[in-house]
Amino acid sequence: MKTKVGYYGIFLTLALILSYVESLLPIQIGIPGVKLGLANLVCVVALYKMRGKEVVILAIIRVLLAGFIFGNYFSIIYGLAGAILSVFVMIGLKKTEKFSVPGVSIAGGVSHNMGQLIVAVFVVQTYSVGYYFPVLLVAGLVTGLLIGICANEILKRITHINMKN
Amino acid sequence: MKKFTIYLAGDGLPHMKKQDIFLIFIILVIAACAYCAHYYIAPPEGNYVEVKVDGVIEGTYSLSEDQEIVINGGTNVLKIEDGKAKMIEADCPDQLCVHQKEISAAHESIICLPNKVVVQTVTGNESGIDAMTN
Ligand SMILES: [Zn+2]
Repeated sequence: MKTKVGYYGIFLTLALILSYVESLLPIQIGIPGVKLGLANLVCVVALYKMRGKEVVILAIIRVLLAGFIFGNYFSIIYGLAGAILSVFVMIGLKKTEKFSVPGVSIAGGVSHNMGQLIVAVFVVQTYSVGYYFPVLLVAGLVTGLLIGICANEILKRITHINMKN
Repeated sequence: MKKFTIYLAGDGLPHMKKQDIFLIFIILVIAACAYCAHYYIAPPEGNYVEVKVDGVIEGTYSLSEDQEIVINGGTNVLKIEDGKAKMIEADCPDQLCVHQKEISAAHESIICLPNKVVVQTVTGNESGIDAMTN
């Protein structure tokens, strides 16, 4: 039980560090505030190591902490929409057992961007965000694939960690 | 001795599965369709830029006329040159709008979230001539 709490703390810390790294990257994919979702790497790994409910909580805490420490009001709203949607989609796909880690991660990356796009439609209140729909789809696909390949390699090396019991 | 086992995803394949490839294919097809649909529906060049502050249209300006536009009482300055519009000044803390690339094609936009400023290219028929201000 003690080690489980410890691992949870490590996962959260790693996710926060990745959020920080991401906030430093000057990459812009059209709509200001929309992030690539590198911190999703930790969520993908966690998905195979924890119960679904715990991954959802991990994703929410990560976005809130990152938003308060080095983000703003917008990054919290964008982040929450992206993170929550992507975690639920990934949990659903993983349950089917038909997809490998990169496949689950790709779905997560794409839904992460779609969640943010939905928020952008409401925040910016202009139909022009539809212009970014294909861009965000492909961006989510690429980041999701890269994150999935990394997560797959990490998972191979941490087989001794199991937080499901 | 620590036991090492190789972690296998899902039902045991470490490589991409057929379903993964299918998923990638579907996403690319949707993206391609959306991209084409966008260009099919919208003409490629915008003739005007529409400036909105907090959802309210502040003005519509022709892209064929080189000019500098002061937006929202001076929080942002937009420059139109050679048929392209670019945000050249803003007092927002993130400066994201200033770093966005210039816009010219229809339905492209520059957005300044902190100041609630949206600059968007529109075509002639979309921008009401009544709203024209120069
Ligand atoms: Zn700005």
